[in-house]
This record gives sequence, C-alpha cells and structure tokens, in this order.
Amino acid sequence: MSAPDLAASGLAGHVRASLMLSRRWHTAEALFWVGAIAAAFLFPRQLLLMNEIAILALFALSLDLILGYAGIVSLGHAAFLGMGAYSAGLVALHIASDPLLGLFVGMAASGLLGLVTSPLVLKGNDLTRLMVTLGVGLLMLELANALSFITGGADGLQGIMMGKLFGHFEFDLFGRTAYAYSLGVLFVLFVLARRIVHSPFGLSLRAIRDNPLRATASGVPRNWRLAAVYTLSAAYAGAAGALLAQTTQFVSLDVLDFHRSADVMLVLIIGGAGYLYGGLIGSIAFKFLQDFISGFTPQYWQFWIGLFLVLFVLGGREMIHGGIKAVLARLRALKPGKRP
Amino acid sequence: MALLTILIDGVAYGMVLFVLACGLSVTLGLMNFVNLAHGAFAMAGGYVAVVLMQRFGIPFLWTLPAAFLATASAGWLLERSVYRPMYAKSHLDQVMFSIGLVFMSVAAMKYVMGSQQQIIQLPGWLLGRFEFVGVSVGRYRLFVIMVCGALALGLSWIFARTLFGSRLRAAVDDARVARGLGIPVNALFAATFAAGSGLAGLGGALGIELLGLDPTFPLKFMIYFLIVVTVGGTSTISGPFFAAMLLGVADVAGKYLIPQAGSFIIYALMVVLLVLRPDGLFARTKA
Repeated sequence: MSAPDLAASGLAGHVRASLMLSRRWHTAEALFWVGAIAAAFLFPRQLLLMNEIAILALFALSLDLILGYAGIVSLGHAAFLGMGAYSAGLVALHIASDPLLGLFVGMAASGLLGLVTSPLVLKGNDLTRLMVTLGVGLLMLELANALSFITGGADGLQGIMMGKLFGHFEFDLFGRTAYAYSLGVLFVLFVLARRIVHSPFGLSLRAIRDNPLRATASGVPRNWRLAAVYTLSAAYAGAAGALLAQTTQFVSLDVLDFHRSADVMLVLIIGGAGYLYGGLIGSIAFKFLQDFISGFTPQYWQFWIGLFLVLFVLGGREMIHGGIKAVLARLRALKPGKRP
Repeated sequence: MALLTILIDGVAYGMVLFVLACGLSVTLGLMNFVNLAHGAFAMAGGYVAVVLMQRFGIPFLWTLPAAFLATASAGWLLERSVYRPMYAKSHLDQVMFSIGLVFMSVAAMKYVMGSQQQIIQLPGWLLGRFEFVGVSVGRYRLFVIMVCGALALGLSWIFARTLFGSRLRAAVDDARVARGLGIPVNALFAATFAAGSGLAGLGGALGIELLGLDPTFPLKFMIYFLIVVTVGGTSTISGPFFAAMLLGVADVAGKYLIPQAGSFIIYALMVVLLVLRPDGLFARTKA
C-alpha cells in the first residue's frame, strides 16, 4: 500500500469513528422522548395542544434538514405541508380511511413536488432562493384556490372520516390516539433523520453548506445531494401535513398560507437550526407562546409574534439554544472525568 | 377597444407599482438589504391619506405630499434606530426581521383602524371616464399615469444627471470603493431609504383607489414589490420601471381575460424569470 492510500484509509477510519461517535444516543435525548411520552399521562387535558406541538415539530424538523444541514433557505415550506395535507385528506375522502395509507400518500406527493421543484433552489444565491420558494408557496396557494372542484376552494375539505389506526385505535375527541400517532410518526422520522445526518451523506451536506466550492472540488455532487435532501425534507413536511389533516379531520387553504412558512422559520430560529432538536424545542416554546398570547389577545397575537421575531434577530438568533449550550458546557465542566 | 382599455388600466397599475417599489430596488442594490417590510410604509402612507381626508377633511391632492412626508420621516427614524444593525447580518436574518416588522404593522393597523377595506372620496374632476379616440379612459387612471410618469422621469434625471445620483450609482456598484473615494455611503443610504419609504407612502396613497387598502396590504403586495425588484434589477431606474409596467399589464390582462387563474400567472412568471435570469431581466451583464 502506498503512502497516500494509507493516509486516506487512516482518514476514512477517523471519519467513520467520529460518525459512529456522533450516532450514539445521549442520555438527555432519551430523557427528552421519555418526557414527551410522560406528558401524555401528566396532562391528559392538553393532548390536543400536544398533538399540534408534535406536528409543528415534525414540520420544523423538515425545515431543519434543508436549512440547518444543507443551508437552503426557504420561505415557501408551507407548499409541502399543504400538499401533504390535501393528499391525505383526499385519500381519506375518496379512497380509503386508513391513516397510514394517507400518511404514505401525503409523503409521496410532497416528496414528488419537492423533487420537481428542487432544480429551482439549486440556482442563484440566498436572495433568489428566498424569492423562488416564496413564489412556489404562493403558486400552490393560488392553485389550491383555483382547483376548487378538487380542494373545495375556500370551504376546504370537509367531512373527513378517519378509520382506526392499525385497525384498533379509534381517533377520539380528547386527542389520545392523535397524540400517540403524531408522536410515533415524529419519533420514527426523527430517528431516520438522525441516522441520515450522521451518515456520510449528511456529512457531505454540511460540507456543501459550509463551503460549496470546496465541496464540489472534493468530488461531492452538489446538485444531486441538494436535490435529494430537498426531496426528503419535502416528504417530511408532507408527513406533517398528512398528520394535520388526519388528526383535525379538516383541510383548508390556511395550510398553504404564507404565515405557516414564516411561523416554522420562527420555530427553528427559537430552537436553533442544525442539531435536529432545535425544531422540537422551538415548537414547544412557540406553541406555548401562541397559546399564552392568544389567551389575552386572540386577534392581535400576530403583533407579538412579529415583535419576537424582531427582538430575536436584533438580539442574535442563537439566544436560546446558545444559552442552553453554555449551560450544558458548564455542567460538563463540573464532572471532568466524563467527557464524551 | 377593450384591449386598449386593459392596456391603459395595466399601465396605470404598473405606474403605481413602480412608485411603490422603486425605493426597495435602490435599498436592495445599495446595502444588499432585503426589506420585506417595504409594503408597511406603503400601507402607512395610504392610511395617512385616509385619516387626513376622513377625519380632517383635507383635500385629496394635499394628502399626497403629506403621505410622502409622514412615511419618509418614519423611514428615516426606523433606519437610524432598528434597520442599521441589520446590514451586517445574513439575508435570512434580514428577511426574518422584516417579516417580523410586517406582522407587527399588520396587527397594529388592524387594532387602530379596523380590518375593513378603506374607501376614499376622490374629488369630482378625477371621477368618471372619458372617450378618447374611441377608447374609454378613467380620469383617475390618467391622473395616476401622469403623476407617476413625472416622478419616474424626475427620478431617472436625479439618478443620471445629479451629483447625488452619480454618488448613489457609484455606491451601488461598489460600496467599498465609493467609501474609499470619500463618498458618505451611510448618509447616502439614510437619505435614499427615507426617500424610498416616502415614495412607497405616496404610492400607497395614490393606490388606494386602484389596489385597495386594508391592514393585510403589506403581505398581499409584498410579492409584487419583490417581482418588480428581482425582475428589474437594482442598477438602474428603467429596469424596475419596465418590470413594473410588464407586471401591471400582465396582471390586469390576466385577471380580466382569464379571471379563474387569479394571480397564478404572475407567480408563475416570476418563478420562471428568476430561474432563467437570477440577476434580473434588465440587469447589466457583469464583465
């Protein structure tokens, strides 16, 4: 074996070892998911809110895949949420009421839309990408409005009846099945996303994000990788849309509205992008914030959301998760023997 | 002759869009700053005109300069206080920041003025239509075309012929070199931002009759401003002008001839143009 080969295999081994290390589950992560399950038993009256949180978390997770890992900015992510919601709703109305079938169709339809629109985000700079995604989002909204014989137009899809989950669990009024279903889907997709971002594929995405020129020069097929992750992210958003349609049994034009895209961006900004839990933590904070504000000013809560956006950006986006990281670093420093 | 009427309506619409958006194109070109809240200034100008007319009985023509002055000073104040720290941040930060401002302005306006459409009473000599060589022309539309056309000419004269204009062009081309040559880029920018906001306010007041005015105005027309700016490019006055004309005529014709398609045509047009010419349709090719 010649010297460069040796060095290369040594490097590959090093990369493999570091990937394996990052793939290991941390205790705090296990605690997070145990907490999510425990919450269902601790607060049985808040299950509907918790269901919304789980769905928003999945939506934010899908944005994190492209924004946090591949550096693709998007102002039209609601297009995929809406595609998934309408597909799942239409499946339940016209074909079969099985939730998993609807979920699958919603993911597939959104993924396909993502694949078709991915060439649009490969070109240009951040600014053009923001405009193009915004344009695609608005296009989808106009399309859903115009095709009212399929989508019901402004009235939305009404009278969706969901079948039993796995043929056993009926969707009840209190949201018990709904929360378990949404949390389950979120968990499965999260584990998949976690595996993907800690794979060589995920590593190549981060290389593209940090230095596209150098990544291309090192032989990373930039366009294919970005198209792949964009499609994946679209499918994830479609899953969130499908869950939304199935658990609320209603789809309206609101799922495609611009404020959905802006909200999910705020969620990711609150929680921080690029470590997967950001969207999850952000969605909890966002929903509580929304619930709290709309408690005393239901009509004008948008004002406060706007104020939070402005303050977040002025104060630095890393405010919250930067703080958490600092606390974690302190805690880690307290017990010197156990550095991961 | 319905087609000619559509053309004239479209031109009037495009003229208003140009006055609304030209400030945005200069701020984008000068500081590379994405101000999605530009429409909030336009809305503010519209409401200034409405309040002055309805509460204080001031004639329509006098409300136009008032709308300009009010929004220009608001723009100047905001540029000094909250916008300036944004220039160094990423596009994503700027977009989120200005969306936050949009949300705030929409909710605040809903709180103060209510969410209904605002209606104004135009003076008698601007009402109605007249026949010109067999073509029916709205008086108000003709007025708008003349006012905005004069503004566009004035702006392109300032841009091309004055010292201020040549400094501005130099700063847009390369802010660092311009600074090195002693051009006060920051002061230039503050002045341009204020003037651009003022023009947006003026456009908002002129457009009440053509575009409508309610608290969702900044969100509804955000995409239109962006189309004008991205398609027209930021390095000239004529680029955004022709882009606005194109958009105005295409939108009016589309909504008139194929009403069921709604704004679909416009959005599709924008996406296609952005993909084909990411730097704008009328952008100069960089050597």
